[in-house]
Amino acid sequence: MEAASVAGGDRSVLERSPLARLPDRLLKYSLAALTALILALIVYFFIRLVGEAEPVFAKSGILDFAFNNDWNVGANHFGALPLVLGTLITSVLALIIGVPVAVATAVYLTELCPSRVKTPVTVLIELLAAVPSVVYGLWGIFFLAPKLQPLEQWLADRLSFIPFVGGGLVTIPNIFIAGLILAIMILPIVSAISREVIATVPPDHKEAALGLGATRWEMIRLAVLPYCRAGITGASMLGLGRAVGETIAVTIVIGDAPQLPHQLFGQGYSLAAVIANEFGEAQGLHRSALFAAGLALFVLTLLVNGVARLLVLRASRSRSASPANPASAGTAIVPAPVR
Amino acid sequence: MSTDGPAATAVPHNDPMELEHHTADETHPATDAPATAQPQRPAHQGHSVRLEGLRAFYGEAEQVRGISLEFPANQVTAIIGPSGCGKSTMIRCVNRMHEEIPGAHAKGKVLLDDVDLYDPAVDVVAVRRAIGMVFQKPNPFPTMSIFDNVAAGLRLTSRRRENLSHKVESALRSASLWDEVKDRLSSPGAGLSGGQQQRLCIARSLAVDPEVLLMDEPCSALDPIATLKIEELIDQLKQRVTIVIVTHNMQQAARVADRTAFMLSGALVEVGPTQEIFTTPGDLRTEEYVTGKFG
Repeated sequence: MEAASVAGGDRSVLERSPLARLPDRLLKYSLAALTALILALIVYFFIRLVGEAEPVFAKSGILDFAFNNDWNVGANHFGALPLVLGTLITSVLALIIGVPVAVATAVYLTELCPSRVKTPVTVLIELLAAVPSVVYGLWGIFFLAPKLQPLEQWLADRLSFIPFVGGGLVTIPNIFIAGLILAIMILPIVSAISREVIATVPPDHKEAALGLGATRWEMIRLAVLPYCRAGITGASMLGLGRAVGETIAVTIVIGDAPQLPHQLFGQGYSLAAVIANEFGEAQGLHRSALFAAGLALFVLTLLVNGVARLLVLRASRSRSASPANPASAGTAIVPAPVR
Repeated sequence: MSTDGPAATAVPHNDPMELEHHTADETHPATDAPATAQPQRPAHQGHSVRLEGLRAFYGEAEQVRGISLEFPANQVTAIIGPSGCGKSTMIRCVNRMHEEIPGAHAKGKVLLDDVDLYDPAVDVVAVRRAIGMVFQKPNPFPTMSIFDNVAAGLRLTSRRRENLSHKVESALRSASLWDEVKDRLSSPGAGLSGGQQQRLCIARSLAVDPEVLLMDEPCSALDPIATLKIEELIDQLKQRVTIVIVTHNMQQAARVADRTAFMLSGALVEVGPTQEIFTTPGDLRTEEYVTGKFG
């Protein structure tokens, strides 16, 4: 009995029968088993994904799959470049549009808004996350896209000197609309995490800025944003992870054209959308190609989430630089007999 | 000076070096300061601050209950009093930092020369540029270099960047920090020692050329050596600015202040030349506090 030897007396207080400790052990081992099961599932899942995707890689090689731009079901040739690009472009677009808005609302809610308004607005923003993505897709294609088409056409005409953005005919479902819908969808999570990060800025720093004669905005720029840079970057990456994997809303509004995205206001396709659209009739090599697309998506989100976690972790570690309390089991037990 | 003896053992925040400080008191009595400062014409004609019936509230609770008090130009005024007597709240009203706390507000007048800082026409940002503040805990901007910390206020006030490095250097010199940091201006300000960080914060405040410098227990987080440096600095700085220092440490008040004000429960008990407050106070409560009977 380690505890008894430390305290050196009063056994009735410090000793418990093994039976009394059984529930704790049971809990520990059963939860450990559950966790192991989940890990095993992920590993098995990954192995199956690679196995199923293997035929398409075997036929023309991984490089051809990743960098060929011909996704042709009829010809049994599958080059996923248009899909990868479509996924990346819509996701990055979502970040460009969504993150500034999310950070701005986070700054407003933590620093500027009267406390009466704070809770209702926070709840409303969180509510954006509760809307099913298929509803976003429907709303996007039947309401938002037609309404925005004239504006998009105007932009495309005016900005025709910019490659990719300008020129061309604006279609109702297009890459830009997909990015916009994704921006709305990632807003709640990016805003919520940014809010948490901004709330950790020590009042000292804010007072330092205000005491120098900074205005509210200058205080935010001097003391708040630099302190939160890593945390906000992490929040954005989590948003990016969500945007990359988003399927149904994108499927509805992106136009589903397996071609290289050559115009911002033109149609495109994404990895997730192609799977959702084509799994029904997929057989043989086509089926394998969809699995390969899934694998690409999986690796992409894994990468993005990994980077996000790293950034958030680094941000929180640099803040709480104090080492963990080195209280050992022994020191924790000693005070007990005193009471 | 005999009253200082028992006080030294009773003041809160007593540090191990207190005794050395005390002997230093006897060789350079605090009475030196007012004696030399008043006849001598200050290098820069400063500005005085006058409080008239200042009251400060946290929600409904009244923390400062009607204080009228003057901080004369180019002098150091120390505010002493037991914890919770409202001294920090009071000086935070002088540059209107008090109202930054949700639910807090102040009533009464704070006059810088003859302008009421609480007049609706007065811009709170301008107030804080004229009245700098040094806080209890050194708070340099953690993401900025030493240079950028000092330049932060300058970059706010003027769009012209010329002379920036010159002004930073002069502010660092005024804060007696230049020689220690001149070779590493681009390293982070948070990497300095506590005392250096506090002097960096003083340099940051001085860089924007304030008329008044408020110091809210600037040495309470510092070791005795760093404290001594800040105190020497305060003595030099009063040539340029009017200084108000809140302190928990009565020896510090005796060492640096020309005048001392004693506060109790949100009210001003007594104010006068430092020597008088510590040797022949007019109020019994002051005498009991400075001799260490309570507090």
